[in-house]
Amino acid sequence: MRTFWQRFFGNARVIAGLAWLALVVVLAVMAPVIAPVDPFGIVDQPFLPPSDAHLFGTDSLGRSIWSGLVHGSRTTLIIAVVATLSAVAFGTVLGAIAGYYGGYMDDALMRITEFFQTIPSFIFAIVLVAILSPSATSLVVAIAVVSWPPIARVVRAEVLSVKTREFVHAAVIAGQADLAILFRQVLPNTLSPLIVTGSLLVATAILIESALSFLGLGAPNLMSWGFMVGAGRSFLRDAWWLVTIPGIAILLTVLSINLVGEGLNDALNPRLADL
Amino acid sequence: MTGARLLRYLFWRLLQAVPVILGVTILCFLMLQLAPGDLAEVLAGESGGASPGYIEELRVRYGLDQPVLVQLWVYVKNVLMFDLGFSFRHNAGVTSLLLERLGPTLLLMGGTLLLSVGLGVLAGLFAAIWVRTWRDHAISLVAIVAYATPLFWVGLMLILVFSIWLDWFPTSGMENVVMFYEGWDWVVDVAHHLVLPVVTLSLFYMALYARLMRATMLEQRGLDYVTTARAKGLTESQITFGHVLRNALLPVITMAGVQVGGLLGGSVVVESVFAWPGLGQLAFEALFSRDFNLLLGIFFICACLVVAVNIVVDIIYVVLDPRIEMGE
Repeated sequence: MRTFWQRFFGNARVIAGLAWLALVVVLAVMAPVIAPVDPFGIVDQPFLPPSDAHLFGTDSLGRSIWSGLVHGSRTTLIIAVVATLSAVAFGTVLGAIAGYYGGYMDDALMRITEFFQTIPSFIFAIVLVAILSPSATSLVVAIAVVSWPPIARVVRAEVLSVKTREFVHAAVIAGQADLAILFRQVLPNTLSPLIVTGSLLVATAILIESALSFLGLGAPNLMSWGFMVGAGRSFLRDAWWLVTIPGIAILLTVLSINLVGEGLNDALNPRLADL
Repeated sequence: MTGARLLRYLFWRLLQAVPVILGVTILCFLMLQLAPGDLAEVLAGESGGASPGYIEELRVRYGLDQPVLVQLWVYVKNVLMFDLGFSFRHNAGVTSLLLERLGPTLLLMGGTLLLSVGLGVLAGLFAAIWVRTWRDHAISLVAIVAYATPLFWVGLMLILVFSIWLDWFPTSGMENVVMFYEGWDWVVDVAHHLVLPVVTLSLFYMALYARLMRATMLEQRGLDYVTTARAKGLTESQITFGHVLRNALLPVITMAGVQVGGLLGGSVVVESVFAWPGLGQLAFEALFSRDFNLLLGIFFICACLVVAVNIVVDIIYVVLDPRIEMGE
């Protein structure tokens, strides 16, 4: 039997995904060094096609698209990751409480979860951003609010099965407090499905963030890929690169996260990997 | 299944749906109260500013000066009598505005459901039949790319290629308004406009259903009943199409029901890209003009749609799998 890491890194799709993600992370972290030009600053004439002077051309106001891409990777990644972490934290606590205590608590919390799954999530996110007025924080809040239900369900299901195991009974007999058992015995054993669901959620968060920015509900003053597509759409006929290039960046990033997430899943559950 | 039982089941499900829909309505109502600005301020702002006294007068006229709970009570009472209120913005009843826009959205969603479930199931089925061959890998590759593509970008790319470069399809709208088509010509014209929006919205769901279909087909193929069928001498295609396919459809149908909410969200984006005159665009306009009566009406009708589709899904379930009883 190969180890987890062998299975994970032996997968060509995972390597491809990780390579692209590494590139995006480097761009995001080093943005001011790699593209010192202000993404909102005018560098040349508008609508210059991709050339040696401007790698990906300039947009309708003469801003550098390369600079926008580099700085946009920052916005997109930070918002998606923070939103996912918030959703995972909230969903985990809720799912753990529901699964561990069961009974009325479980019923009540699961009804709330189902309720949030009934409301069309993207429309809900639009309304939340509009109510909180568009900013990076409200994007994070809106994405987190519509993303936690699947996490809560996964954690609840795992906790339900883990809490009947012998080491949990042993901890109860040893007199550990409920919260200590929950956080130190039960939750660490639910990590693997949580990591898989969480990693795939980052991809969804990027899609929601870019769609909101596309509709003009993104964080003002922050360059983002969705905003670039939205700003370029009126000039589709004359300057196709304004829309095409940032869209490909979103596509490749989301694809890479999905590939890595599925690779994680296959490596963690080798028996299911063939399906 | 007898007609009387079906009717009783339908009645029961509709009764269960009432608290859910009311819950959504009340939650949305309270949430919208938190939004900065109200109708009076937007109206005043658009007319180029107004004195505080005039804004206050507007608030009194539209009932916005009442306490929130009183406004909520009035609203819920009206909704229970199927009165969704008046849109001061459009100067028309909310119900009639919604009915006007519901058609295009239903057309878009219906077309998307048909295309995505149909092609998704086919793609998943063939991927499972050809498992671990290059054809399977090709289908999986297309699916995983489609699964990662942002909706709005696909829409714009389709417009770029098929409308601007090839000039096969119109770029936006639902009908050619200057031609005044009637009858069959009109149907053809709308269908022509429908192609790109439906393909855009379908791509993601097609990928989702194809992947799900492939996984369930492979899972079902290992079960005992397939061994039994093989032992009694059925051919592989009889097993696949007569037994496995039927069982593998169930999760896809469930997923399609679950995704209706998502489909509504996606249609906001698609309607914005293609200027499709549906509910999504109306919701977007209503949100920015603080036309809360209209926005609440849209939420109400969305909740009704989701509930209705789920009831239909449960009925399809019973038809597909006779072992499932209609629960009461």
